[in-house]
Amino acid sequence: MKHKIHLKVNGVEHENEVEPRLLLVHYLRDVLNLTGTHIGCDTSQCGACTVMLNGQAVKSCTVLAVQASGAEVKTVEGLATNGTLHPMQEGFWEKHGLQCGFCTPGMMMTAIQLLERNPNPTEDEIRHALEGNLCRCTGYQNIVSSIQYAAEKMRTAVAQPTSAAR
Amino acid sequence: MAVTKMFGASVKRREDPRLITGRGYYTEDMNLPGQTYMAVLHSPYGHARIRSINTDQAKKLPGVVAVFTGQDLKAGAAAGGMNPLPVAWPLPKETLEGGQPMPLPAWHCLAVDTARFTGDSVAVVIAESNAIAKDALDLIDVDYEALPAVTDQEKAMEPGAPQLHAETPNNVAFHWMLHAGDIDAAFSQAEVVVKHRLINQRLIPNPMETRGALAYWNPGSEEMTLWNTSQNPHVTRLLGTLTTGIPEHRLRVIARDVGGGFGSKISLYPAEAVAMWASKKLNRPVKWSEERRENYTGTAHGRDHIQYVEWAVKKDGTILGLRVKALANMGAYLQSGPGAGVPTWLFAPMLSGCYKIGAIHADVFGVYTNTVPTDAYRGAGRPEATYIVEHGIDLVAKELGMDPVAIRKKNFIQPNEFPYPSVTTFVYDSGNYPAAMDKALQIAGYEKFRQEQAEARKQGRYLGIGFSSYVEVCGLGPSAGVNATGFTGGLWESATVRVHATGKVTVLTGISPHGQGEETTFAQIVSSELGVPVEDVDVVHGDTGSVQMGMGTYGSRGLAVGGAALVMAARKVREQARKIAAHQLEAALDDVVYADGVFSVQGSPDKKKAIQEIAFAAYMGGNLPEGVTPMLEENHFYDPPNFVYPFGTHICVVEVDAETGVTKLLRYIAVDDCGPVVNPMIVDGQIHGGLAQGIAQALYEYAVYDDNGQLLSGSMMDYVVPTAGELIHFDLDRTVTPSPHQPLGLKGVGETGTIASTPAVVNAVMDALAPLGVKQLDMPLTPERVWHAIQNAPKA
Repeated sequence: MKHKIHLKVNGVEHENEVEPRLLLVHYLRDVLNLTGTHIGCDTSQCGACTVMLNGQAVKSCTVLAVQASGAEVKTVEGLATNGTLHPMQEGFWEKHGLQCGFCTPGMMMTAIQLLERNPNPTEDEIRHALEGNLCRCTGYQNIVSSIQYAAEKMRTAVAQPTSAAR
Repeated sequence: MAVTKMFGASVKRREDPRLITGRGYYTEDMNLPGQTYMAVLHSPYGHARIRSINTDQAKKLPGVVAVFTGQDLKAGAAAGGMNPLPVAWPLPKETLEGGQPMPLPAWHCLAVDTARFTGDSVAVVIAESNAIAKDALDLIDVDYEALPAVTDQEKAMEPGAPQLHAETPNNVAFHWMLHAGDIDAAFSQAEVVVKHRLINQRLIPNPMETRGALAYWNPGSEEMTLWNTSQNPHVTRLLGTLTTGIPEHRLRVIARDVGGGFGSKISLYPAEAVAMWASKKLNRPVKWSEERRENYTGTAHGRDHIQYVEWAVKKDGTILGLRVKALANMGAYLQSGPGAGVPTWLFAPMLSGCYKIGAIHADVFGVYTNTVPTDAYRGAGRPEATYIVEHGIDLVAKELGMDPVAIRKKNFIQPNEFPYPSVTTFVYDSGNYPAAMDKALQIAGYEKFRQEQAEARKQGRYLGIGFSSYVEVCGLGPSAGVNATGFTGGLWESATVRVHATGKVTVLTGISPHGQGEETTFAQIVSSELGVPVEDVDVVHGDTGSVQMGMGTYGSRGLAVGGAALVMAARKVREQARKIAAHQLEAALDDVVYADGVFSVQGSPDKKKAIQEIAFAAYMGGNLPEGVTPMLEENHFYDPPNFVYPFGTHICVVEVDAETGVTKLLRYIAVDDCGPVVNPMIVDGQIHGGLAQGIAQALYEYAVYDDNGQLLSGSMMDYVVPTAGELIHFDLDRTVTPSPHQPLGLKGVGETGTIASTPAVVNAVMDALAPLGVKQLDMPLTPERVWHAIQNAPKA
């Protein structure tokens, strides 16, 4: 038996009938064709599938699509706005934060969540926050640098409108 | 940025915009109308006879298209089935004890009578959805007779051990020998003999993307297209042809974005081959997506040596000889790609390391066990050799009471001794080992560290420092050399440089990057050679339908060999353009010179043509010098005259908590020399990643089988892939010693970090533990192992 679900994904409303066992990640990839979110393991270790669900970074392999009904989801495809990269995307590009790129979408989602909670993290805090996301290519050093770049950029961006309003 | 400065610039990667926006194109992202889904049934036993398989219930499940077993394939490709997987690297009989050809037991894509490891494929279901295919696996009824299993190579060689293959008594796949120099003289002259047994444990490569395939048989053109996760599509095509019988020129293999490989995606595996066969049989596209669990139990593992090592040395630290017996666990079958070449040719010839050693004898026993086959894993053989040399030399130093730096310096091959013919027959192209070590020592502040260490010990804190001075062989490799090792292929590389009418450039390369960034570095090279903007150069790879031929990416060969082919092709283009320029400028060819993308007449600087103008003239075709054909396009097949030998010194500093056994990394310094660097940012990234893998072997990773052949570390919950929290900031530096034979002077860098780092970390931990009486420990140096070693050490 299929269930009807409604989701807002990257600002677009979707309504579909899905099997109750369908995972959110499979819904995003196979039903909506948003293939930027990847699957790297079966056990919720790797974090490649991390997306934003109502503003929380979640591993979309551990959420059923029916559980996400009514929610807002943001995936890597929704990070850039009007062709302008999100500071996190820019950071990963500037600082060589990716090699094969497979872990990158999930890694960026986790990092964005970190900066929302802690806009100026130390290196240790960044490394700790990334413990749910695996990368086999970079040794994480440039991922840390990428997040530091994004943090700096986002802090500056937050500061600017405030001063302009005065 | 001036285009001529592209070589050596940290250009941002051209592959990144698609990958950071979710627009990459990995195999799993590809779908075709009408596609079916394949699921594979694996043996749950490490070793079992298959009495019968009943697929009736599975076939009845709605949505199931077909179920196939080994019985459907065993007749061979000529009779409508499939051939067993080929073995690309059989060892020459002259190198084997007994001098007989090596038996090659068949690895059937689907097991026929016997399953020999827990990941062995037994049946496949093809269905209308992935979920239905997996559901149907549960409905296949296999009558297994469980057989005794053996997973440890030493036990597998004992009398009475379970036998995997009738052709190989005592499970010995091969006894391969490299006997160089007078080893008896070395040991008779030795003042001290140091012996030890080392375990280089089994590792799981863990690319973040598992394997996958989408096979599409076009019944009209009778052509097969396979999208898959290969590191080397042309090699996959040849192996696929030999397995499925689909002719090579009717088989196209495409690997677009690939999510890492580390050696595990070189060989052709059963699933990809069966997907092709099934697509042809069913006239439907067949998609297969490997689960991580399947990746752990079915995709090749790495390392897994037990090594008996004997050093013949003088009291002053001079190394006279090295004798090694290595027992290499091959798993249940030989892999179709590197396989037997990894623990032999890629291992023993590097046992001389950075040192002058007059005699080296290596006996390598490849042993079959009920485990997933081993194959290339980042470094592939060279880490196993480097660990013997760089950990072993520390053990020797300890025995002699020497400083680990002093013993290395005493035995280093000196800068004026290159090219250096190692006793093992490899000729090291260039090097300056003392310079790299001195630089690393300076960064580390070695003497000051020893004082800090002594102070800390007084306070009950255990600091340790470990060194690894490595040299590795890469840029695989000169075809005549590798042919002689039994490898059934050349390791040349090809490149095409196509300058379009508008001056834009397409590069076609036979290497197949999967994270290494050659879309960027190759564009930098062409930009430097032809003076065109880097953004005007696109690099096409990973498609046998577009690229003439190639050997792929592994063995740190992308830039070293593929880049050399590219430079030669680009220089041919430049020469062709110069001829056209001379013709159009009405000048003698000898008077036309090239600089920064412009051809001009010497003495008449106003008479000049940009390469873009020449490209358009070449496209027009009507006004070309005699003997010059239209279009600016050149192809080059490059066969390197030698391997390349990057080197360096790594230093690791740790603190071990004696109460808990936990090792904390404090500093990691890597001074590497890979010759001139095309893109420093990318080279540093390659080293970072290699370090992470090598450090993790020393401290964390271990693939563990139980005695029945069950993989206990069978998921990412049980196997430690290091996270950001386990690693630290690495201090990198370089020396630059060009290779005399590579056209750009450069050497490979993809594996250096992995090869160098493992012994540096282990040596650091052992240095920290020295005052506690711990003499030797096998990897991984987990807190539990270290704690037990401290508890069990003889108290002073």
